Amino acid sequence: MFRHYLLPDISQPGKVGCTLPPLDVPPAEPPPKELLREELALPEVSEVELVRYFTALSRLNYGVDTGFYPLGSCTMKYNPKWHEDIARLPGFAWIHPYQPIDSVQGALKLMFQLQDYLAEITGMSATSLAPMAGAQGELAGIKMIKAYHRERGDKGRRKILVPDSAHGTNPATAAMCGLEVATVPSDDKGNLDLKALAAMMNDEVAALTLTMPTTLGLFDPHIAQISQLVHERGGLLYGDGANLNSLLGKVKFGDLGFDCVQLNLHKTFSTPHGGGGPGSGPLCVKSNLADFLPSPLVVKNDKGYTFTSPAKSIGSLGAAYGNFGVMVKAYAYLRSLGAEGLKAISENAVINANYLKEKLKAYYHLPYDRTCMHEVVFSGKRQKAKGVRTWDIAKRLLDYGFHPPTIYFPLVVEEALMIEPTETESKETLDAFISAMREIAREAEENPEILRTAPHNTPVARLDEAAAARKPDLRWELS
Amino acid sequence: MNPKEYRYTQEHEWICPEPGGKGRVGITDYAQSQLGDIVFLDLPAPGTKVTQFEKMGEIETVKAVSDLFSPVSGEILEINQAVIDDPRLVNEDPYGAGWLVRLALSQPTELEALMSSDEYAEFVAGLSEES
Amino acid sequence: MPSPYLPNTDADRSAMLREIGANSADELFYDVPAQFRNVQFKLPPPLSELELKRELEELAKRNASLDDYVCFLGAGYYRHFIPSVVAHLTSRSEFYTAYTPYQAEASQGTLQATYEYQSLVCQLTGMEVSNAGMYDGSTAAAEAALMAHRITGRDRVAVLATVNPRYQAVIATYVRDQDISLEKMEPNLDSLPSDCACLVVQQPNFFGYFEDLRAHARKAHDSGALLIVIVDPISLGMFKPPGDYGADIVVAEGQALGSPLSFGGPGLGIFTCRREYLRQMPGRIVGRTVDRNGRPGYVLTLATREQHIRRERATSNITTNEALVALAATVYLAAMGKKGLRQVAELCYHKAHYAARAISELKGYRLVFPQPFFKEFVVRCPVAPQQINQALFEEKIIGGLDISHLVDNGMLFCVTEVNTKGEIDRLVKFLGEL
Repeated sequence: MFRHYLLPDISQPGKVGCTLPPLDVPPAEPPPKELLREELALPEVSEVELVRYFTALSRLNYGVDTGFYPLGSCTMKYNPKWHEDIARLPGFAWIHPYQPIDSVQGALKLMFQLQDYLAEITGMSATSLAPMAGAQGELAGIKMIKAYHRERGDKGRRKILVPDSAHGTNPATAAMCGLEVATVPSDDKGNLDLKALAAMMNDEVAALTLTMPTTLGLFDPHIAQISQLVHERGGLLYGDGANLNSLLGKVKFGDLGFDCVQLNLHKTFSTPHGGGGPGSGPLCVKSNLADFLPSPLVVKNDKGYTFTSPAKSIGSLGAAYGNFGVMVKAYAYLRSLGAEGLKAISENAVINANYLKEKLKAYYHLPYDRTCMHEVVFSGKRQKAKGVRTWDIAKRLLDYGFHPPTIYFPLVVEEALMIEPTETESKETLDAFISAMREIAREAEENPEILRTAPHNTPVARLDEAAAARKPDLRWELS
Repeated sequence: MNPKEYRYTQEHEWICPEPGGKGRVGITDYAQSQLGDIVFLDLPAPGTKVTQFEKMGEIETVKAVSDLFSPVSGEILEINQAVIDDPRLVNEDPYGAGWLVRLALSQPTELEALMSSDEYAEFVAGLSEES
Repeated sequence: MPSPYLPNTDADRSAMLREIGANSADELFYDVPAQFRNVQFKLPPPLSELELKRELEELAKRNASLDDYVCFLGAGYYRHFIPSVVAHLTSRSEFYTAYTPYQAEASQGTLQATYEYQSLVCQLTGMEVSNAGMYDGSTAAAEAALMAHRITGRDRVAVLATVNPRYQAVIATYVRDQDISLEKMEPNLDSLPSDCACLVVQQPNFFGYFEDLRAHARKAHDSGALLIVIVDPISLGMFKPPGDYGADIVVAEGQALGSPLSFGGPGLGIFTCRREYLRQMPGRIVGRTVDRNGRPGYVLTLATREQHIRRERATSNITTNEALVALAATVYLAAMGKKGLRQVAELCYHKAHYAARAISELKGYRLVFPQPFFKEFVVRCPVAPQQINQALFEEKIIGGLDISHLVDNGMLFCVTEVNTKGEIDRLVKFLGEL
């Protein structure tokens, strides 16, 4: 059993966690006293205690290396170990963003090639690696679309259309760009309602943001009509590439009619998610938007590689060039795969998801009974009728040693359970998960209480989230 | 049950008319049960002018934010500090200690547009049939 | 070529397809119109781990790493000593292969570590609350400006001209589409216009010297604006934190706290504020609570501010942040502790002053700003800084930042605890010989 304690609990005056060299220059005049800090109340902990503490904390976590992590829309695939070693090479980890450009040609070459490969994979003509996460890529993308219309003197386009199944970042991003959000409904097959789209699409609409495959894990077969409708009326088609894993090496966003798409290297390209980040959200665009890309881009000239800012760039997104350390890992991943390897990823991811769908649909309500792509969305409404919520099913899965799927998203599915197995899981793992899910469905019928009180085998039991929000305790204090 | 002397809205607020053209406002028992554990209330400051059926605040649970609409037009006189300090009161006693604001009605005739307790009870019964 | 990351065999796939009722994997893609399916991809052929490692090692060698070069470059990204314990602990794959801690019972490690992070960062900045981090220091500053706009309802953001120009550019990108105007102010301004949402200042500023924070706080607050301070977290080991001056929001680049430079990313946007503004804060926040058995535990809290709940009315669209870098900062601050961080700051201070003095005594070089500074200072050089940097590079020294577009022949030097007296003396010697 884990004994709960915090750093101040093991802090004692006089303990040190590391040593530093003595001053090797003559001391300078001290700064004016009014600038100086009197008290610096940080904990004092020895190295061994520090190591034991954080090691103990790590053991309270569940990661991809711990086991199956079918978190829908998050693409929790295995992260190859040697990529971590590569990113730590001094030539990548210990270069300063502002050192002379001639002294970082290896880094620029890697970025240049990655820009190219991502443009090829998405069927676009240019890539900016600057966005530091998917949501920032989205922010840049919508800003570019706004700039594009402004540039053309098309000033009335103040709306972004967002499907009702969309991720919350889509409307939040539109608002951050000073645009209004209008929601497009889905039809009963889970596709975008074309009639509704036609009615909403007018000269006030800047763009439709579309995740493809959709957040329901479905490929919308009317993509060509959607693209035509949007473009005919002067709008652009923005792609959220969160679900690219199912199209890798098979289908290009550019061919589908998208004008731009943001990717998530920390999902599709296997860079680890780090418990919440860092990510990287490159933005790939067609030539109509290339001049608006966020700065900088890497270009090649007769002297080698250098940075440049596109003519009508929306500006810079950070103090450097994006999350380079993440790019290195994604680059390694791409180069180890090649075109055939990419195709194998999407095909295996889609087989795995459809296998889960077939084996579980007798046990959980399947709102859209059709071939899915890389993930499948079930509804817990059959179990809800027994007084068991999707929340309870998720918690019970923890007892079976699995990380739960994404739940209550997308919002258009009641009691949603969104399962994304990814291509890196074996049939044996999927079969074990299927057994657990079937067992839980049986428990919901026979012993719902065990679900409602789950989890039972985790370091902590269900936590009081209401109490946390009512009286926020967000830090300790030490003086 | 829903107090007889209160008036109700379709957005599940109630108002309890008080002498002198004033009223206390809160949310109904049905509303609190649908919302679940309330964790935070964003209420309009005293002096704020509010309009009937328009948004005047927000109610937060752990995973949702709901708009709070004013049942009548008028000016906020007072907010219930006790529910700010402990929002659980709204779940525990929505018609009593869990009241939210007191206001001065600018158009008392607006009360006529609201439901009686029987009408509201019927309205809620209709909602649960739909779902 | 079989892939080590695809565990299923042909036999597995056939068995699964049979269960699905499909004849081939391609059949599962029939919702994709035929003309878009199975198109050509022009990518280089796959390489094995060994081949690719060799190639990437070669590529890495084409960069001048600070392991091989002496560095006097800073300007927002700093080379500080990192105890080995930091990388060892952040390399625990239970930490780095986990997602955002949505399932609290399976994520207590990340959650508790984030609570430690929030606490440590508040202790350091003298502020009341912290979030779990933003992308980098510049986006934290931009989000702080947007937050001030929400709090005050005002549409003008004032930024001191002494703020890092790259931060100014990022703030400009973020505010542009919300009809907020951005105004550059000189640091000696008498008062702030009455319609500003905030005053953004940097301490120590881009040129390395200390601003009169007390005066800036007064000017901001007199006009009803918030004071946003961008700070160097290492300086706080020695210098008074912005919280003590009445700052409303304090942001910082957290890379210096235990993470390598990585060509500028990933970094960490530290974001702290006064408690009264908690509900306007962007980003994730971890809170302490209890489980159903009364044991302490941690959860993501106040999530109603965020995009997945409040959608277009969220405080930001941010979701993925820089959690692993925040973990590194947590371990770093814990390892350094009370004494260590002060010692790091003092080493920086004394070494930087030793270097500044020696350089300013050289013929033709002089310090540009008379104000007190921490670890960075601007030198006016006798020749173009670019020329100097080229010559230094030949000697395996990476010189300061060329800021001749801001200060005539100006160079911004940075000296930290990793620079030895020998390195500084060599720098001074070469500068003198130029």
